[in-house]
Amino acid sequence: MTELSNAVDIANAVRNGSVSAVSVLDEYLARIDARESSIHAFNLVTREQARTMAAQVDADVKAGRDPGPLAGVPIALKDNMCTRGVPTTCSSRILEGWKPPYDATVVTRLAGAGAVFVGKTNLDEFAMGSSTENSAFGVTYNPHDTSRVSGGSSGGSAAAVAAGFAAASLGSDTGGSIRQPAALCGVVGVKPTYGTVSRYGLVAFASSLDQIGPFTVDVRDAAVLLEAMSGHDPLDSTSIPQPALSLQGSLDRDVKGLRIGRIIDLPGGSDPEVEARLAESFDALAAAGATIVDVELPSMKYGLTAYYLIAPAEASSNLARYDGVRYGLRVDAADTNSMYMATRAAGFGDEVKRRIMLGTYALSAGYYDAYYGKALKVRRLISDDFARAYQKADVILTPTSPIVAFPVGAKVDDPLSMYLCDVFTIPTNLAGHPAMSVPFGTGAHGLPVGVQVLAPTLGESVMFQVAAHLERVAPGGAK
Amino acid sequence: MIDGYELVVGLEVHVELATATKLFSASANRFGDDPNTHIDPVTLGLPGALPVLNRQAVEFAMRIGLALNCTVQACTFHRKNYFYPDMPKAYQISQYDVPLNVDGWLELPGGKRIGIERAHLEEDTGKSTHIGGTGGRIHGSDYSLIDFNRAGVPLVEIVGRPDIATPDEAKQYVTELRQILVAIGASDAKMEEGSMRCDANVSVRKPGAPLGTRCEIKNVNSVRSLGRAIEYEARRQIALIEGGEKVRQETRHWDETDGRTHTLRTKEDADDYRYFLEPDLVPLAPEAVWIDAVRAALPMLPRERRARLSSATGAPADGEAVMVVVERGQDDYVLAVASAGADASRALVHVKEAYAEQGAVPSVPAADLARMIVLETSGKLTSTQAKIVLAEIMANGGGDAEKIAAAKGFEAMDTSALEAMVDEVIAAQADAWAKYCAGEEKAMGALVGAIMKASKGKADGKAVTALLQSKRG
Amino acid sequence: MPDTPQARISPDTVAKVARLARLDVSSAEVDRLTNQLAGMLEHFADIDALDLAATEPMTQPYPLVNVMRDDVVKPSLDRDEVLAAAPAAEDGRFRVPPIIGLEG
Repeated sequence: MTELSNAVDIANAVRNGSVSAVSVLDEYLARIDARESSIHAFNLVTREQARTMAAQVDADVKAGRDPGPLAGVPIALKDNMCTRGVPTTCSSRILEGWKPPYDATVVTRLAGAGAVFVGKTNLDEFAMGSSTENSAFGVTYNPHDTSRVSGGSSGGSAAAVAAGFAAASLGSDTGGSIRQPAALCGVVGVKPTYGTVSRYGLVAFASSLDQIGPFTVDVRDAAVLLEAMSGHDPLDSTSIPQPALSLQGSLDRDVKGLRIGRIIDLPGGSDPEVEARLAESFDALAAAGATIVDVELPSMKYGLTAYYLIAPAEASSNLARYDGVRYGLRVDAADTNSMYMATRAAGFGDEVKRRIMLGTYALSAGYYDAYYGKALKVRRLISDDFARAYQKADVILTPTSPIVAFPVGAKVDDPLSMYLCDVFTIPTNLAGHPAMSVPFGTGAHGLPVGVQVLAPTLGESVMFQVAAHLERVAPGGAK
Repeated sequence: MIDGYELVVGLEVHVELATATKLFSASANRFGDDPNTHIDPVTLGLPGALPVLNRQAVEFAMRIGLALNCTVQACTFHRKNYFYPDMPKAYQISQYDVPLNVDGWLELPGGKRIGIERAHLEEDTGKSTHIGGTGGRIHGSDYSLIDFNRAGVPLVEIVGRPDIATPDEAKQYVTELRQILVAIGASDAKMEEGSMRCDANVSVRKPGAPLGTRCEIKNVNSVRSLGRAIEYEARRQIALIEGGEKVRQETRHWDETDGRTHTLRTKEDADDYRYFLEPDLVPLAPEAVWIDAVRAALPMLPRERRARLSSATGAPADGEAVMVVVERGQDDYVLAVASAGADASRALVHVKEAYAEQGAVPSVPAADLARMIVLETSGKLTSTQAKIVLAEIMANGGGDAEKIAAAKGFEAMDTSALEAMVDEVIAAQADAWAKYCAGEEKAMGALVGAIMKASKGKADGKAVTALLQSKRG
Repeated sequence: MPDTPQARISPDTVAKVARLARLDVSSAEVDRLTNQLAGMLEHFADIDALDLAATEPMTQPYPLVNVMRDDVVKPSLDRDEVLAAAPAAEDGRFRVPPIIGLEG
């Protein structure tokens, strides 16, 4: 095992020439070779591409060119981000073998910062799920206990970082798909403000909720990755027209005087150990001079309903393009309509079909007002609740997940109980706010627990300031 | 009014905008190229692709709205969800409850105003070609091939109110709309190429009765077909009603070859489009300064040009001469001829009759036509001679009318006197004239000889021959 | 709103929605989906009682307006590369089975 465990240290060492990008890559590939078969973090390990990229970084260093802030950092990409010429499957049969003819903006940006892409990680099909059990290509197991799930939908990306297969990875978060697996795998996971990171080239699940963000071993790495991938992109109409985030300066700032929100009407049902870790995180911040303030989010309890109407509605439209005409799977039939029906029936898994059905229903004539229309209004209520809460608090803390990593198969037959895993993460996506999960001790079975730091729109600086403090004072043993 | 029934017609016209690129992506908006050579991730609906609105398309759409007296307003885009192989995303991005342009009107040349409900932006589909079966029809085909070059091309759909009462008004509406679109540069508006497409909602009723059930007629590919299709459809509906049957609300397909409309689908088949706000786009709210600038930059519209030409020439604004000359874009030229000193109404007549093959900028300098008209109106050239001289000027792309007239000998004698003389000889030698008119060229010799004799040699032989020829017609 | 979960959505509705979504489903799947969807809709009934008459729907997380690009052509994707990834292609175009019953 290398002593270079985080992205910032790797990049510094590669940039100053003390270590080569190729040798860093070799160490990571060796770890993949040793343990990937028991984790299944990847749909595809892109060895050759990684070697080419690493060699280019080394050539740049040798020639006196700075490869960038992520020089030689092995990074894994969730397999729902388009990579030119490299299969992008969304863990779905319907896209199996499809090679995008273009790169996602984040891919271009990270490559431009010197990153080395080691592979495409497993996910719940089209990012629909909370355990990475809905992948057409098999489950991703939790590196802390391979009988348990890695969380989801970005389970492969979380597991890849937790298992040391990559120094960092990218995920996408629609209702908690970065933060929940980060918590379950004991790594840092960030969902930035909606519009901060371009969605161009991210295969859409729910367009008004999706955001790309990083998984890293520590908070500083997350800041560096986010700095490299954020900033306005003219190819995404919902991209906020502002320069890249500047976050590293907040990491060492004192939390003294900050107002930390505690939700007094937080939905219950969390593991007692999870609640205990949350209480300890408040205590730690209070001990450092922050003020704990009570806030109310009375509409938060409706978040699950709003989310599970809005996200499937958008998804039903976003996934309609998988019709067997231009790319991906086709199941032949006598006429085009039968071909559509057969292709989509064969190409999508049960959870995806369920959500397409739910979303189609929620948008259909006669039901729009009762379901989708109403959900949009609930979304407003939740956003308004947050606006009031952030008048009193700079950030809010919650558990990331109510429970620690659960055994594989424990929830697959009960979609609703699976959906409940996202109860603390969903409201953030509805509001478009940033939130991140920081490892904070362990819970049942010694499994990692994550504390979630929530902040208002573009409040990433204070969010990272608090997260960095929590990281410094976290109980040992999680990593 | 047909057989005691009133027609109620509303037209929905789709026009492709003359942008360089597509509505939501940067591949080229070009007609007639090799299939699938103007494609990009957005056009093909590739996973991960995102739309970004084309500013020029918005500006063209605003021009259309303002030229049609609409209010331009803040608006949004929706997804219209339906499956069709030439619709790459399985949804069309269109405008639904809040379109860009609302509540305008178009004035027909005779002054009647047809209401415009809305004119909104949306994207075009790709093109399907049906292979096998009979005559490229969809039914009975073996398979279809899809070209996405047209997919994503910006369209404005102009929804007219049902204020049209005759097939002729419908034709006038589309003709006028076409001229407006071309004048403002928003579209080349060619029905034959499909850059302007027209659907007609047709119903009939007894005067004073409530609105009848309407049918939508699609696949009308020319102004002439539009009139025929509406006429046919109205008569079909009247026959149904007179026969005690009901008109079913349905979409019908105009068949140019048999001159009939055929059922395409009934209302029961109507899809559930599940419209919802397009989450990949943000609202469009053109600022007042932008709207004002677009309005200020609008060129003079055909209606105004006709009014201007009418007041300059005294010819009626909806008369054939003014209509034709403005449609050809030659009204500026007529006015230039007039300001060079010629009589405007004569200029209008000459341009209308002789300039059909000329463009908006005729090859003959306005001053040359003006000099010819001055000769004509001062009596130095007869109208017949004037035509001959003009033909010569046009053949040479310009020329001095006096010199041409002199070369033709039109000045050898007072032309009106010569013409009077010719008329006298024709009257006196009716036999020879009749033979000449019947095609006996020899008879001309007798006529010319008699005229030369009567003029005591003053008349120019060529001019006399020309006169006789022109009088024969 | 009906009281029992099963009454919230009928198998007929589920079958109709599956057709709208172009998903071939067996009758057994219709029954299973009806039960699952009814269970979810039952859970989602928590918002039924909310009075939202005065609440504006929220469709966009961040309030942007007038995002436009210049009308400048960029190169097309390579047709051969794109068609090579298509399930069926012919003569520079995408090939599909006969188009029946889809008009509209």
